[in-house]
Amino acid sequence: MILRIAGPKEFWAGMIYLAVGGCAILLARNYEMGTATRMGPAYFPTVLGWLLMGIGLLALARGIRVHGPAIGAIAFRPLIITIGATLLFAGTLRGLGLALALPVYVVLTSMASSRFRLQPTLILALVLTLFCSLVFIKGLNIPLPLLGSWVADFSGESGS
Amino acid sequence: MMDLIGHIGLGLETALTLTNLLYCLAGVFVGTLIGVLPGLGPTATIAMLLPLTFGLPSASALIMLAGIYYGSQYGGSTTAILLNLPGEASSVVTVLDGYQMARAGKAGAALSAAAIASFVAGTLATILIALFAPPLAEVALRFGPAEYFSLMVFGLVAAIVLAQGSLLHAFGMVTIGLLLGLLGTDTNSGVARFTFDLPELADGISFVIVAMGIFGLGEILRNLENESGEDVTVSKVTSLLLTREEWKRIALPILRGTALGSVLGILPGSGSILGSFAAYSLEKKVSKNGSEFGKGAIEGVAAPEAANNAGAQTSFIPMLTLGIPSNPVMALMIGAMIMQGIQPGPAVITEQPALFWGLIASMWIGNLFLIILNLPLIGLWVRLLRVPYPILYPVILTFCAIGIFSLNGSTFDLFLMPLFALFGYILIKLGCEPAPLLLGYIIGPMMEEYLRRALLLARGDGSVFITRPLSACLLGLALLTLIFVLLPSIRRKRDEALQEEG
Repeated sequence: MILRIAGPKEFWAGMIYLAVGGCAILLARNYEMGTATRMGPAYFPTVLGWLLMGIGLLALARGIRVHGPAIGAIAFRPLIITIGATLLFAGTLRGLGLALALPVYVVLTSMASSRFRLQPTLILALVLTLFCSLVFIKGLNIPLPLLGSWVADFSGESGS
Repeated sequence: MMDLIGHIGLGLETALTLTNLLYCLAGVFVGTLIGVLPGLGPTATIAMLLPLTFGLPSASALIMLAGIYYGSQYGGSTTAILLNLPGEASSVVTVLDGYQMARAGKAGAALSAAAIASFVAGTLATILIALFAPPLAEVALRFGPAEYFSLMVFGLVAAIVLAQGSLLHAFGMVTIGLLLGLLGTDTNSGVARFTFDLPELADGISFVIVAMGIFGLGEILRNLENESGEDVTVSKVTSLLLTREEWKRIALPILRGTALGSVLGILPGSGSILGSFAAYSLEKKVSKNGSEFGKGAIEGVAAPEAANNAGAQTSFIPMLTLGIPSNPVMALMIGAMIMQGIQPGPAVITEQPALFWGLIASMWIGNLFLIILNLPLIGLWVRLLRVPYPILYPVILTFCAIGIFSLNGSTFDLFLMPLFALFGYILIKLGCEPAPLLLGYIIGPMMEEYLRRALLLARGDGSVFITRPLSACLLGLALLTLIFVLLPSIRRKRDEALQEEG
C-alpha cells in the first residue's frame, strides 16, 4: 500500500522523534523505575520518551495531512566524503600516527569540494601536517603519536 | 554604590593581570579570526576553540571564551559588510545597509560605525550586568529545587517559542537534547544509562563533541552544498574615519539599539538575533533618513550592531546568576564552567567573586581590544576573506578533529563527531533547526536532578510545583507564553518576524 505523504519533511522528522522516543523507553526498561519520591534511573528518560513519542505522532499526523515542501536534494558527495574521511582518520590516527593519517585526511576531505585541485591540496596537506606536528605534539604536548604503532611494527623500530 | 565600585575594583584586579589580559586579547583575536570566515557563527567558533582553554585556570579560561564570543560576533559583522554574506544569524540585518555602504565606497565608514556601536553597547551592557546580576543572584539563592525545575521549564519554553522554525520541531529538538544529556552514569544510582555497555560512554558524551559535530562539521557540510564555484569579491576598504555628520547620525541609534538589545538579550532562546532585527525596524521607523534604509544608511549598520553586541553581553546575566543558558553559546559556556569544576548558579557570585567580577571586567576590556584590534587589522581580515573555501575547510576540519582528540586523548570521541554531524545534517534537511537541542543537552541532567530533589523533599507529591508560589508563577508564565504564541494571529506574526531574521 502506498501512503500519500503530503509533507515528507514533517513525516520523517516525526519518524525520528518516534524512533528516539521509542528507543529511550525500551532501553530504560532495563533500569529501575523507582517511585515519584525516590526516582530510579528509568523515571525521567521514560517520561521524556513518551513526550517525544507524542511530539512524533503530532508531526507524523501533520506530515500525512498538511502539504509541505519536499526534502531538498542531498549533497551525497560532500556528505559521504567528509563523514567517511573523518571516520577513517579516527580509525588510522593511532595506527599510522599524525604524520601519515593527517595528510591522507586533508587530501580526502579536500575532494569533497567541487573545486578540488590536486596540487594546492598536496601543498596544503604538507604545510598543515608540519604545522600540526609542531604545534600540537611538540608545542602543546597532546598525546598524539607522530608515527603510529603500525608503522613502528613495519619498520621494526620503536616508533615515536 | 560603594559595593559596585569595590566589586569592579576586584574584577579589574583579576582581569588586569598580565596573563589574563593576554588571554583576553588572544580570545578576541582568534575569535575574530575564525568569526570572519564566512559561514562560521559564534556557536561553531566557540565549540571549535573550546579545547584551547582546557588547560587554563578557570578565570582565564572563561575570560578567553568570552573574548572568543564577542570576537566571533564582531568578525561576523565584518564579513557581512565586506562580503554581503552574513556569517551568523545576528548579522543578517547588518548585511542590508552595510553592504550597500561598501558598494558606495564607504566600507570603511560602515566598519567603523559597527565597531563604535559595538563598543558603546558593550560598555553600557557591562554596566547593566554589574548592576543587575548580584540582586538577581540573591533572589536565586532562595530558590529551592522546585523553583529551579520550574525555572528550567520556563527557560526551555521561552527558548522553544523564540527559536527559528516550527514550534513543534523546537519542542522535539529540546526533548531529544534532554534525553541525550542523560546518557552516561546516573549520579544517584550509579547505573550506566544508554551506554550500550561501552566504557567510553560511561561519562556521557562531551557537549563539545555534540556541538562540534552538529555545528562545526554540520556547517561545513551546508557550505559545501551551496558552493558557488567562484571566488567571492571583497569590497575595498577606504577611509575608516567618520565625518562629523556621520557621528551625529549614529549617536542616538546606538543608544536606542543598546537599550533594545540589552532587554531582548536576557530572554532565553533569542540571544542577540531578535535584538538586531528589532533595532533595525525601530530605526527605520523613527529615523528622519528612513527612506535611505536598505540603500546604505549608516544608522542601519550602527543600531543593529549595538543591539547585537548588547544582547550578547546581557545574555550572560541568566547564565551567571541562575546557571541557565539562554542560547547555544551560553550552553557552551556553562559546559565549559562545569569542565572547570565550577557549578554554575547563583553561588558563583559569592563563592568565586574574583572569577565573577573578573569575567565582567574582562568583558569591557575585551570590547576595548575589539575596537583597537579590529580597525588597524582590517587589512588582515580582508586578506583572510580572500582565502578560497577549498583551502579553508580542510584546515577547519583538521583543527576540529585534533581538538576532539585532545579532549580525552581518545579516538572514540573522534568516531562520534561525524555521527553527530550526520544526525545534524539530516535534521536540517528535515527542517528541524538543531540549536534547541544543545540547550536541552546541557540542561537535561540538571533538570532531572532538581526534579528528583523537589519530589524527594515533597515526598512524591507533584503538587509542590504549584503550591510553592514562585514555582507556580514560573510555570504559569511558561504556560501563558505557550498559549500566547499558539494563538493564530500571534503565531503568524512570529513566523513572519523569525522568517525575516533567518
